Amino acid sequence: MSPRRTDAGGRIDRLRTIRFTFDGASYTGHAGDTLASALLANGVTLFGRSFKYHRPRGVLTSGVEEPNALVTVLRGEVREPNIAATMIEIHDGLTAVSQNRFPSLAWDVSAINQLGGKLLSAGFYYKTFMGPVFGPLKGTRFWMFCEHFIRRAAGLGRAGTAPDTARYERMNAFCDVLVVGSGPAGLMAAKAAADQGARVILAELEPHFGGSANWSGEVIDDMPGADWAARAAGQLEGHDNVRLLPRTTVWGYYDGNTLAALERVTDHKENPGKGEPRHRYWAIRAKTVVLATGSFERPLVFPGNDRPGVMLAYAGERYANEYGVLPGDRIALFTNNDSAYRAALALKKAGAAIVAIIDVRPELSSEMRKLAGEAEAEILSGHAVVATEGGKALSGLKVQRFDMVSGALTGDARSIHADCLLMSGGWSPTIHLASQAGARAEWNAARQAFLPPRPTQRWPTQQWIGAGAFTGSFSTAEAIAEGRAAGLSAAGAAGALSALPSVEAAPGDPDPAPVFEIRAKGKSFVDFQHDVTAEDVRLAHREGFVSVEHLKRYTTLGMATDQGKISNIPGLAIMAEALGKPIPEVGTTRFRPPFSAVSIGSLAAERFGDIKPERLTPMHDWHIANGATMYSAGLWYRPMIYGHAGETIEQAYVREAKATRESAGIVDVSTLGKIAVQGPDAAEFLDRVYTNMFSTLAVGKARYGLMLREDGLAFDDGTTWRLGEQDFLMTTTTANAGKVMQHLEYFLDVIWPELKVHVTSVTDEWAGAAIGGPKARPILAACVTGTAVDNAALPFMGIVRGKISGVPVMICRLSFSGEMAFEVYCGAGYGTHVWEALIEAGKPFGLVAYGLEALGTMRIEKGHVTGAEIDGRTTARDLHLDWMLSKKKPFIGSAMMDREGLIAPDRLELVGLIALDNRPLNGGAHVVEVLDEANPHDSIGHITACCYSPALGKHIALALVKGGKARHGSRAFVSDPLRNRFGPIEIVSNHFYDPDGSRMHG
Amino acid sequence: MLITCPYCGPRDVIEFTYQGDGNRERPQPASQNLDAWNAYVYDRLNPAGDHNEIWQHSGGCRAHLRVVRNTLTHEISSTAFARGGHKSTARHKAEGKS
Repeated sequence: MSPRRTDAGGRIDRLRTIRFTFDGASYTGHAGDTLASALLANGVTLFGRSFKYHRPRGVLTSGVEEPNALVTVLRGEVREPNIAATMIEIHDGLTAVSQNRFPSLAWDVSAINQLGGKLLSAGFYYKTFMGPVFGPLKGTRFWMFCEHFIRRAAGLGRAGTAPDTARYERMNAFCDVLVVGSGPAGLMAAKAAADQGARVILAELEPHFGGSANWSGEVIDDMPGADWAARAAGQLEGHDNVRLLPRTTVWGYYDGNTLAALERVTDHKENPGKGEPRHRYWAIRAKTVVLATGSFERPLVFPGNDRPGVMLAYAGERYANEYGVLPGDRIALFTNNDSAYRAALALKKAGAAIVAIIDVRPELSSEMRKLAGEAEAEILSGHAVVATEGGKALSGLKVQRFDMVSGALTGDARSIHADCLLMSGGWSPTIHLASQAGARAEWNAARQAFLPPRPTQRWPTQQWIGAGAFTGSFSTAEAIAEGRAAGLSAAGAAGALSALPSVEAAPGDPDPAPVFEIRAKGKSFVDFQHDVTAEDVRLAHREGFVSVEHLKRYTTLGMATDQGKISNIPGLAIMAEALGKPIPEVGTTRFRPPFSAVSIGSLAAERFGDIKPERLTPMHDWHIANGATMYSAGLWYRPMIYGHAGETIEQAYVREAKATRESAGIVDVSTLGKIAVQGPDAAEFLDRVYTNMFSTLAVGKARYGLMLREDGLAFDDGTTWRLGEQDFLMTTTTANAGKVMQHLEYFLDVIWPELKVHVTSVTDEWAGAAIGGPKARPILAACVTGTAVDNAALPFMGIVRGKISGVPVMICRLSFSGEMAFEVYCGAGYGTHVWEALIEAGKPFGLVAYGLEALGTMRIEKGHVTGAEIDGRTTARDLHLDWMLSKKKPFIGSAMMDREGLIAPDRLELVGLIALDNRPLNGGAHVVEVLDEANPHDSIGHITACCYSPALGKHIALALVKGGKARHGSRAFVSDPLRNRFGPIEIVSNHFYDPDGSRMHG
Repeated sequence: MLITCPYCGPRDVIEFTYQGDGNRERPQPASQNLDAWNAYVYDRLNPAGDHNEIWQHSGGCRAHLRVVRNTLTHEISSTAFARGGHKSTARHKAEGKS
C-alpha cells in the first residue's frame, strides 16, 4: 500500500496497477492517476527546482495551470520538456525526469542561488547583460562568455535533438455550437443544444468529462456528481449530432468564430493504436461558442508559499476525492474565502487530520464554523501564515495575528506542526478565450476578480455565450442553470421547461476578503514558475514601471509557460497597492493564444519536410540524364551547368559559353513567364502597361518591353510577340511571372474595366528552347520544315511558324546571349521531342547544351539587365533603358518616373567593372574610391552580378555605381570586408562584348 | 475570416490576396498633377472601423472584389465585384451567421 493512498474512494481503478519511472526510480500507481497524483501517493513531495533560485518545489495544483511540477517525458530518443505532471496520465512504461537540477533533484548545486537573491532580482538580465561600461573588461566579450553559464543555470527543461517520430494530424470541423469545458455548466449547455438538434462539439482538456463534479463531493440529481457527469456524457455520446473531444484543449479564438484546439490522442497510451496520431490539431468553425471554462483558484502571497507541501486548497480536495490521495497527514488551511472549508471537510473525511484553518477574516459565518467543527479543525480567524518551515517537504508553519485592513501583523508568532498547507486566495474566472476574442474584462469588487463582460458580449465576428464559474457564478446550481440557458440560446431556442437537476452542496459565500499578500520577512512568490516575488513587483514600481504591460516584461511575471494563469491577479493587486490605485485602474493584460502549450508537431501536422511544390520544365528528365547540376530558382529547377567529369563549375560554364560563342549553344527557357494577352483592346492595353509602344508592332514581330511600377521604378522586362492583330504572347522574367500576371489582372479588373482584353497565364503550356551562336541558323535550317529561317524570312525580332520533327513550333529571332539566336516554342508535351531533335540536328555543328551559369555569363558580357539590377530601387534611366520611355503616350509609371529624386545626378547607374588584379569579384561587394581595408567607408555603389568572361579573358561584373557613365574609364576599388576581397577595378560600359550588336544582327 | 465571393460563395481568407486600399483614385493616365499621383500611390486611409478594400480571389476565380471590412472587428459588411461596381447579391451580415 502506498503511504498516502486512501483506503477507498476516488475515481481511480484500484484493481489496475501501473508501473512507471520518475528520475530513474520505479513507482506504481493506478489507472486514472496523473503523474502528480501517483507520485504524491508514493510520498514524493519534491517535483522540481525553480527557474531562477533553484528552490525545491512540489506540486501546487492539480490541473493545467500547474507552475511547479514540470517534468520532461522521454519517449525513446525523443524528449518533451516542461509538461505539467498534473496533466500526464500514467501508463505502463511512462518515463519522466525532473528538470533544472544538477547533478540531482535532491542535491542541486545551483540552489546556492537562493543566497544570492539580491543579485537575481527583477530586471537582472537587463542590468547584467549591459556588460561593463568601464574598467579593464569594457568592450570585451567577457560578459557574453559569462552569459552562457548564467543562462544555463536559469531555465526549464531541455529540448531534445532527436527527430520527433510521432505522427500528427490536422482536422477541420464545423458545428453550430462549440462548448468549451465540460463541468456542470458545459455539460448542461451541450445537452440543451444537442436536444434542440444543433450540431455540437464538446471539448474538455481533462481525460474525463465533468470538471468539478468529479471531485467536489456534491450531489447532483440525487447522485454523486461524478456519476451524474458520467451519465450526462454517456447520454451525449449517443447523439449523432454531438462530437465529444476529451483531452482536447481549445487554445485559440480567432476571427469569424474559428477556434483552434489540440487533442492529445495517444499520450496516455503505452501502445497507440494503428494509424492513431499523437496529437490532432482541430480548426473548428462554430456558429456560436459556449465558454464554460471555469475558474482558477489563486494562491496567497506570503513568505515560503512555494515550499513543497504548500498547495492550492482545491487541489488537495481533488487529490483526495478524485484520486484517493492525501497530500498530507496533518493538514493546515490558509484562506481568505469560504471555499477552503469544503476542502478541509473533504480531507478530514478522507482520513487526514486538519490541524488548523487560518483565515484572514476576523468574522466567520456560522456555516463556516460548523464546517470547521465537522472537520475537527481549530479556527484561527484574523490570522495569517507568516512563514513555512522544512526543506524538501513541509514540516511546519508560523502564524500571527493579522489585521486585514491595515495588513499589520501583531503578537507572537505561533508554530503549527503540519506536513501540508492548503491555501486559497479566491478564484479567477478562466477568461482567456474571451479575452482573445476581444472582450474587455471588467473588475468585480465583490468577487475580487476580472469577469467577462455581462450580459453577453457580442463581438460581431466572435459570438460566444458564457456560463458557470467563467462568468463568476461559482456555485454548481448557478452553473447548471446558466449552462442550460447558454446551450438553448446558442441553439437558437427559447427558454424551457423542465426542472433543473437538484444540487446538494456545501454552503459558502463566493466573495473572498480583498487580501492577496501577507507582508513579512522572506521570499513571497507571486509567479512560481518564473520565480517572481512580491518584492520584485515592488522593485519594478520603485524603478519607475507603472504600466502593467511594462511590469510584466520587466519582472517576467506571467511570461513563463503557464502564462501566469494563477499569478496575474495577485501580481496586479500588489502593483496596484504599490501605485496606490485600485486594481481596475491598473488594468490587466490581454490574453493571447495559445491558452496552454501547443506541440509544434500538431501545427505542422502532415506539412513537414520540404513542402515547396517543385516546378519542372518539360525537358527536366533530359537535363538530368545529360549530367546537369540542377539549381532551384524560386519553385523551378533549372540546369546550372552540364558538367563533365573532373570539371569545376567555373570550368564548365566557361566551356559552355565559349562553345556557344564559337559554334552554338542551346538552353531551356521554358521557365520564362508567358501570358496570352488577347482581345480587341490588347494593343492599347500593352501600350499602357509597357513604357514603349506595342500598337505599332507588326503581326509576326516581337519587341522588347519594359514595365514600370506606379511609382515610376522599373518592374519587369521581356519580349512580347504579336501573333495576330488581337493576339499577343507576353514573356516575363521567371521570377516575376506571377506578379506581372496579378498586375495585369488588377489593371484590367479594377482600373480599366472598359478595355476588352483577356489575360491568361500560359507559362506551363509552352516549352521553350533558346539556341544561339554562329551556327544556330544552320542548325535550324537543318531541322525546321515548313518555313525558311534565312534573314529574309526571319529577320531580327521576326516570328515564323514551322515544324521540327513533325511538331508545330513558333520561332522568334531574338537574343539574350548577344549571338545570332532564336527562341523555339512548342507545346509543352512535345518539349523533349523538339529539344532532342534540335540536339540531334546540332551535333554536326558542335552544339552544346548550356545552363544558367553560362547564360548569366553571356548576359553579363552583353550588359543585359535581370532581376539583380531591376531590384525595385532602379529606374529605367539608372539602367540606361531611357530610350524605351515613349514620349508619345502615358503608361503606368510615366507620371511618377521623373520625380526629383528619381532623376538626381548622384543616383546609382548601371556600369561594367573589370578586375585589374585578375581575381574573381563577388556579388554584393562595394565599390569605393578610396581603399581603406581596416575601416571601409564611402561606398559609391555595389556589384550586382559577376563572372569570369571567357570572351574577354577577364573577371568582370555589372555594378550600380554613383555617377555611372561619367566614370567610364576611371579606376576605383572593390571593398568586400566580409569576404576579405579588396582590389583595383576599372569602371567601363556595361556593354563589354560586341557593343554594336553585329554578331546578333548577323 | 470569411469573404463571400459573389461568384464562389463564402471562402476562407487564405484564398484571397489583399490588393490595397479601395479608396484610391487613379488620376487620368495623362494627368501631370503630381500631387494627385502622389496621393494615389502613397496615401492610404487607416481607419479604425469600416474600410473599403480591394481583395483578389487569387486562389479561386481571380476576380477583384470591393470589400468593406471593419478593421477593429474584421466584420465584413459587404462584398462586390470591383469591376463596374456591381453590388454583390450575397450581401451578408456578420460572418458565422450563414
